[in-house]
Amino acid sequence: MYKFSETFLKREIALIIIFWVVGFLMMTGSAFGLSEVYKDNIYDPGKLKPVDSTLKVKVGEKAPDFTLPSVVGKKITLSQFKGQKNVVISFVPAAWTPVCSDQWPGYKIVEDIFKNNDAILLGITVDSIPTLFAWTRQMGKLWFPVLSDFWPHGQVADRYGVLRSDGISERALFIIDKQGVLRYAYVDDINKRPDLKLLVTELRKLNAQ
Amino acid sequence: MKSVFLSTGVWICLFLLPYPVLGATTPPEAGGVLPEIILEAPSDPELMKYLGLKAAQDFTIPQIKAEIVIIEIFSMYCPHCQKEAPTVNALFTKITNDAKLKDKLKLVGIGVGNSGFEIDVFRKNYKITFPLFADGDFKIHKMIGEVRTPYFIGVKINPDRTHRIIYSKLGGIKDAGKFLDMLRRLSEK
Repeated sequence: MYKFSETFLKREIALIIIFWVVGFLMMTGSAFGLSEVYKDNIYDPGKLKPVDSTLKVKVGEKAPDFTLPSVVGKKITLSQFKGQKNVVISFVPAAWTPVCSDQWPGYKIVEDIFKNNDAILLGITVDSIPTLFAWTRQMGKLWFPVLSDFWPHGQVADRYGVLRSDGISERALFIIDKQGVLRYAYVDDINKRPDLKLLVTELRKLNAQ
Repeated sequence: MKSVFLSTGVWICLFLLPYPVLGATTPPEAGGVLPEIILEAPSDPELMKYLGLKAAQDFTIPQIKAEIVIIEIFSMYCPHCQKEAPTVNALFTKITNDAKLKDKLKLVGIGVGNSGFEIDVFRKNYKITFPLFADGDFKIHKMIGEVRTPYFIGVKINPDRTHRIIYSKLGGIKDAGKFLDMLRRLSEK
C-alpha cells in the first residue's frame, strides 16, 4: 500500500508539473503583440535578465568608431557620417525573437522624423548576414542600413558595453552627434521595446541645439 | 486507501487551478461576449460625436452608439498592420459614405503595446480618421488572448446594450467591400 502510494504520488506530481509548464507556455507564447507577418517563425526565449552588461561608453565622450558589413553588401563606417549627420544606433538582441522583430518595422515608418532631425539610423545585431537578410525581408523595405556584428562576434557591441554574457546584445539606443560625440545612451530592460517618444524627444533636443 | 481518495480531490484542484487563468487568455469567440475592454474617451470632440459618447469618461465597446462595432487590434510596429492600413481606411470611407450604414457601423482601433505617441505616429502616417486607442501596457491585449496582429473583431450591439461577437479572426480584411458584405450576413444570423 505504501509502495503503491509512493509511485502514485511521483507520477501525479510529474503530471501536474507538466500540466503547469504547458499552461505557462500557453499563457506566454504569443505575448508582445507580435505581427502576423512572422507567423510561427519566432523563437521565444522567455523572460530574460533585464540588463546583463556594463556600458563602456560615456555621454559627452567620443563614440568608438567601427566598420561593419551591411545586409545590402557594402561596409558602413560610423565616422563616414562625421560632419554630415547625427547617427542613431539601434542594437537589438537577436533576429527571429519577439520584441526585436517588431522594433525596426516601427522605425520603418518614421523616416521623416529622422530626416527632420538631420539623423540617420544604423540597425545592428550580432547575427550573420544571411540570417539578417532572411529576417529583415519579412519587415518590408527598410530605409536604413542593417549591420552585422557577427564576426569577430559582438566586437562592436562589446566596445560599447552592450554585449551580454550569452553572446547576444542588449536592446540599446545611442545617439551620436555630427562631431562624433555620444549624446544619448539608452540601455534598459531587454524584454521591452523602448517607447518611440524617448528617441524622438532626444533627437529633437539635439537638433534644437 | 482513504488517503488516496482524499488526495484525489487535492490533485483535481491542482490540475484545474490554471484553467481560469488560461480561460482569460483565449481569443474572443464568435457567439460569445467581449471581456470588459475599458477605453479612454478621446479628447477630439469629433471622435466623441462619432462614438456617440456624451461624457468625457472611460467607456466600454457596447456603449458605442452603433449596431455593429468593428475593432481592429493592431500595432504601429506590425508590418502587416502597416500594409493593411490603406484597406482599413477604404473600409472606413465605404462605411461613412453610405448614408444607411454610417450611423449603424462604427470602427475603432486598439494599438497593443503602443503608447499614445506611437498611436499618433501611426494615425498621422496613414491619415487615419477613425478613433485609435493606446494599450501601452498590453492590458487589453492580455484580455483578448494575446492575439497576433492585425486581428479583427466584429460585435453586434443590441438596443438594450447587450452584445454578441459575430466575427473574430486573425489577419487583414483584404477587401473592404467583401468584408462589409460578410459582416452584414453574420449580423443577420
